[in-house]
Amino acid sequence: MEVTFKIWRQDGSEDKGALQSYEVDGLSEDMSFLEALDHLNEQLVLKGEEVIAFEYDCREGICGQCGVFINGRAHGPHDNMTTCQLHMRSFENGSTIVVEPWRAASFPVIKDLIIDRSAFDRIIEHGAYISAKTGTAPEANAIPIPKPVADAAMDAAACIGCGACVATCKNSSAALFTAAKINHLNKLPQGKAEQHRRVIGMTDQMKEEGFGSCTFTGACEVECPEGISITNIAEMNFRFIKAKIFG
Amino acid sequence: MSMQLNSKIPEGRLEDKWRNYQLHAQLINPANKKKLNVIVVGSGLSGAGAAATLAELGYDVQCFCYQDSARRAHSVAAQGGINAAKNYQHDGDSVWRMFYDTLKGGDFRSREANVYRLAELSAPLIDHYVQQGVPFAREYGGVLVNRSFGGVQVQRTFYARGQTGQQLLLAAYSQLYKMVRAKKVKMYPRSEMMDLVVVDGKAKGIIVRDLVTGRLKRYAADAVVLATGGYSRVFRLSTLAIGCNGSAIWKAHKRGAYFAAPSFTQIHPTALPQTSEAQSKLTLMSESLRNDGRIWVPLQKDDPRKANEIPETERDYYLERRYPSFGNLAPRDIASRAAKERIDTGYGVGRLKNAVYLDFKHAIGKFGLETIKDRYGNLFNMYKKITGIDAYQEPMQISPAAHFSMGGLWVDYELMTTIPGLYAVGECNFSDHGANRLGANSLLQASIDGYFVLPNTINNYLVNALKEEHTTTDHPEFARAESEVEEHIRRILSVNGTKTVDHFHRELGKIMWQECAMSRNKPGLEDAIRKIEMLKREFWRDVKVTGAGDKMNPELEKAYRLADFIELGILMCTDALEREESCGAHFREEYQTEDGEAVRNDDQYSYVSAWEYAEGRFELHKEDLEFENIKPTVRSYK
Repeated sequence: MEVTFKIWRQDGSEDKGALQSYEVDGLSEDMSFLEALDHLNEQLVLKGEEVIAFEYDCREGICGQCGVFINGRAHGPHDNMTTCQLHMRSFENGSTIVVEPWRAASFPVIKDLIIDRSAFDRIIEHGAYISAKTGTAPEANAIPIPKPVADAAMDAAACIGCGACVATCKNSSAALFTAAKINHLNKLPQGKAEQHRRVIGMTDQMKEEGFGSCTFTGACEVECPEGISITNIAEMNFRFIKAKIFG
Repeated sequence: MSMQLNSKIPEGRLEDKWRNYQLHAQLINPANKKKLNVIVVGSGLSGAGAAATLAELGYDVQCFCYQDSARRAHSVAAQGGINAAKNYQHDGDSVWRMFYDTLKGGDFRSREANVYRLAELSAPLIDHYVQQGVPFAREYGGVLVNRSFGGVQVQRTFYARGQTGQQLLLAAYSQLYKMVRAKKVKMYPRSEMMDLVVVDGKAKGIIVRDLVTGRLKRYAADAVVLATGGYSRVFRLSTLAIGCNGSAIWKAHKRGAYFAAPSFTQIHPTALPQTSEAQSKLTLMSESLRNDGRIWVPLQKDDPRKANEIPETERDYYLERRYPSFGNLAPRDIASRAAKERIDTGYGVGRLKNAVYLDFKHAIGKFGLETIKDRYGNLFNMYKKITGIDAYQEPMQISPAAHFSMGGLWVDYELMTTIPGLYAVGECNFSDHGANRLGANSLLQASIDGYFVLPNTINNYLVNALKEEHTTTDHPEFARAESEVEEHIRRILSVNGTKTVDHFHRELGKIMWQECAMSRNKPGLEDAIRKIEMLKREFWRDVKVTGAGDKMNPELEKAYRLADFIELGILMCTDALEREESCGAHFREEYQTEDGEAVRNDDQYSYVSAWEYAEGRFELHKEDLEFENIKPTVRSYK
């Protein structure tokens, strides 16, 4: 199998960057998309060129580190999938595949396809925890949590922090990411003590980082590898108003 | 510089040891803790747990990880669950039973006292995670659910859907960032430890490469904690994340830390098979599938028919045949070896004849499609995403894959290595799993080490550091270590040969997989050592790495990690060669019964091997294992 990759090359954050074409053969349909990039990189090394920098770690859809725009879609042509789970059989032989980094002002490009997502960590820093020290916990079954509540908290908690929601949003909003984390913790009895502080702290930081506002296009939930529902954002907005009134 | 290994196991009855230890440990008052700083390398469950807890206690902490965020560490990939002796199911579980299961699962090659502590602290750990907001599975009445896992007869596994590791790590990461916000932890993502700095025999800091700028930086501390995970990427193809590496512990080893049981590697039986040379990763399918799936291969060699065309009478359900009482639920090491035996003798299936079938036809017939979908739907979806095959219609193809490192840096009861002031926590140490780890015990050990053990033992060392001057990065040892790293990188970049790093990694992986994985023998291991030594020379003569050292360079990162893997591979084979017995995951072909079962030799090999690095050679030290509370038995799953 052979394809033409058009890949964004940018040598550092100050560089302007541009798409470059690479004809790649010797691929197979069983290869993952990232293995096809590995294959291309090996060829570049043998030609004495610098490799394409791209991000990955677990390569099984859970660490959230991979993620690029492929032919204009976050994580490629399928819904609810990470880039590392994409395989070459999803592309026609001879096709052209355009690969770009996430585009968002709050996710500056570091090199080629690698971006800086530390804004997410700073949102977490502003309240995505329960302030209890190690060693202070009561017996685990002391507070019963009904199954539907635990399941709903788990649904929200499933976020892997890849940033596809931001990348695909025309406003570069981090509302889905932030909402998922707020809702996970605020639904649980353990999270109640800090619920209002958490909503205000995290949404303030979200704005501080320069993420846009949510206009409910629904694009994010289509790309989210964990299928986190956009209703989380509505729930966050409700919690925000509640925090403003009662917080 | 040889030393006697002192495991520092506390006095008293097994049940009292940890309490006795804490009663006699030195304390440091809060005002003084502020003056002490600790480096933590790695931000997975053990690293993040340790860094957050040490910071809460008042220490000044610096935490490093190579990923773009602490949340990416490979703890996230554990699907199945975490064990704890809560006895919520009222099924006869207890700390003692969990201790025994773990020790037996490890084929009696770990320390009683450590394993007992692991079981003892498991219940409070679940309390901790619940308090931190981990959304564990619940019953309708609101209490926690448990399920069973391989090799155990009680239900003690807690889980958060198929994302247990992810959810636990998110809890640890959040707690860590809470302390970042409190300015008690300074977090350094995209930063890789390149060497350990030892001053007057004590660990005093590290040299770090900033992966964005390529710059080398020095960091000093009163103690250094390694929490850098497993090293099964030495096989190249493994279930591990691509970035997982053994470099931090290898550098520590070369600076004097003994390496224990390096060859004890768990091969997981249910991963997806390799499909091409270019493959980078073997995805794990949860062990839970073996509850309902039946494993088989065709009776006829190289059978050209599709799985569904092969009638029942022409199928070999080899696990059920060989282990009638455990069948498809035989422990991991045994299930993996049995698969290898079938594949090696020519009965493998799939395009590369390197897989066996895992078939749900009978389960679907018995319980109905909906029940199977409910139980394993997410795994079947994952299988389809990766292979394009609908496993409700035809059997899955699975294959053994390198997974967990039971071996690691030798640590005493306090989790300190043989270098004073250097600790190792989580998978990177050798402490609790012996020669084989039980399912759902890895998240447990990482968490216990980081949250509960280290924060209660490090004080015993740091109390003395209070009396000393802080070492600064101006110390000549820092300059020396930094220039050695600089020279190492310069050497790699200057080879400018003709072969890629991946080429060498594939070669190393083939040798290790062939000779030092599921089945080992003397001539094979001796040959492997020779081949790896040749590969090492070849690497340094012919590797080609493009790009520069003083900027972001992912190819260079791969190269220096591989250079360490090559050396580690030699030690692994050396260890496997030395241990002339079969135990747990370590199966020496010379030591088996007539029907192919492992033969352990307690008279001669009831010790932990601890290897000292001596100028490119390895010197063996032995920590004898003493069993005062239980009697080692023969594991049988017939």
